[in-house]
Amino acid sequence: MNLLLPDSGLIFWMTIIFAIVFFVLAKFGFPMITGMVEKRKTRIEEAIEAARKAEEAIAHLNQEHERLITQTREQQAQLKKDAAAERDRMIALAREQARVEAQKIMDEAKARIAEEKEDALRDMRREVSVLSLAIAEQILRKELKSDKSQKELVDKLVDELSGSLSDNTDVVS
Amino acid sequence: MRWLNIILVFMALTCLPFTMDGSSADHASSEVDVSHMLFGHIGDSYGWHITDWNGKHITIPLPCIVYSSTSGWHAFMSSRIEHGHSYNGFSLATEGRYQDKIVETASDGSVSRPFDISITKNVASLIFTALLLIAMILYAKRWYARNDAREKAPGGFTGLVEMMVMMVNDDIIKEAVGPEYRKYSPYLLTAFFFIFISNLLGIVPFFPGGANVTGNIAVTMVLALCTFFAVNMFANRHYWKEILWPDVPIFLKFPLPLMQLIEIFGMFTKPFSLMVRLFANIMAGHAMILGLVSVIFVTAKLGPVINGSMTVVTMLFGVFMDCLELLVAFIQAYVFTMLSGVFIGMSRQSEH
Repeated sequence: MNLLLPDSGLIFWMTIIFAIVFFVLAKFGFPMITGMVEKRKTRIEEAIEAARKAEEAIAHLNQEHERLITQTREQQAQLKKDAAAERDRMIALAREQARVEAQKIMDEAKARIAEEKEDALRDMRREVSVLSLAIAEQILRKELKSDKSQKELVDKLVDELSGSLSDNTDVVS
Repeated sequence: MRWLNIILVFMALTCLPFTMDGSSADHASSEVDVSHMLFGHIGDSYGWHITDWNGKHITIPLPCIVYSSTSGWHAFMSSRIEHGHSYNGFSLATEGRYQDKIVETASDGSVSRPFDISITKNVASLIFTALLLIAMILYAKRWYARNDAREKAPGGFTGLVEMMVMMVNDDIIKEAVGPEYRKYSPYLLTAFFFIFISNLLGIVPFFPGGANVTGNIAVTMVLALCTFFAVNMFANRHYWKEILWPDVPIFLKFPLPLMQLIEIFGMFTKPFSLMVRLFANIMAGHAMILGLVSVIFVTAKLGPVINGSMTVVTMLFGVFMDCLELLVAFIQAYVFTMLSGVFIGMSRQSEH
């Protein structure tokens, strides 16, 4: 019994059996399993990559969303501010217009009042002149009852008129 | 081994008073022939001995196929030549160079060894291992043919096979061989699983297992030769240059080809180391477990106390050894595959 001497029959069978096992498994067994697992690996890697990209896209979208919200808020604030300014401006404008209108009305009223006053004065003056004429007539009628007095008056008037004429000629000469 | 020595010493000490006893001669006939039993199990045999029942051997007969230079091919069942019977001049040699092998006794009384390709216990176990391995892998492969492996991963047995295959493929072969591992991966995977399953079946103590297949030097020699051919048949120029004209001072390679001799010697020592490592590890494991179990039967005649306590101790060591052998079964398959991969990787190395 020599354990260290390889038996030729066993070598023969081992060679055949191992060769058959090798050819069967190398042709139909292992490459299929390893190939499929490799394929799955690549697919998983792809899926992970895709998930990473999707995550990135979502992060990007979120950012965009945030940005839009901020932008909208800013716009809203701006609009509010603008509206307030516009309101203030309109109020101011209206006030100004009202002031101008009031001024105009006041001016008109003042002008009317002045006019009325003028009319009244004119009427008064007319009344006064009519009255004075009437009075003068009455006085004259009373005083010119004699011819002497009529003559005196005519002389006096002639003197006055010639006086005023000579004054005028002096100025001219 | 150390533990076994301690047990043996203990046994020897306890044996002393009994062997001095005059009645020891009566036990001689019933004494267990440990050596014969041990080598019978470790070695090969023509029939597959399963157990003894009521003093009768229960053996599965296996076909013997021999070619004699004088009488041509013969095929017969191993049961015909058991227990010293002879069949057509063929019988089992009881002693000498061909002990326990089929020899042909010619009419003139001369004994010769015919060309023997019998289906022995180891060959039967090899066939069983091969069928089991092919069935396992092809069964697992069916899942990949039926399912889209890109969409889902297999579970159950196929998942286990996939895990093992990918572990060997990615962690051993890819690491050891390098970038061109795909070309060698089927061979190395086959070698790994063949060795692994053979090792595991060797630990199983009853029928389809129990044969010492990977602990037989012929089997490991074929495996090592396969690696040898895988290394040398597909080696690149750089590998041959390293052997025939290595990068050393000129006086070491010319006119006396010292380095070349060493390198060529190295070509053969690498697979030789693979062969001996696997053979020695598995054979030693079988021998140790069998030796431990034998202790129970050897101590049987030393009285119930010693026998009982030794049985307990032996059982504990036996369980330990079986666990160790499970580990060794994997480690040796792993080491064989890894070293084969490393040798192949060296033969495919490019110029650095």
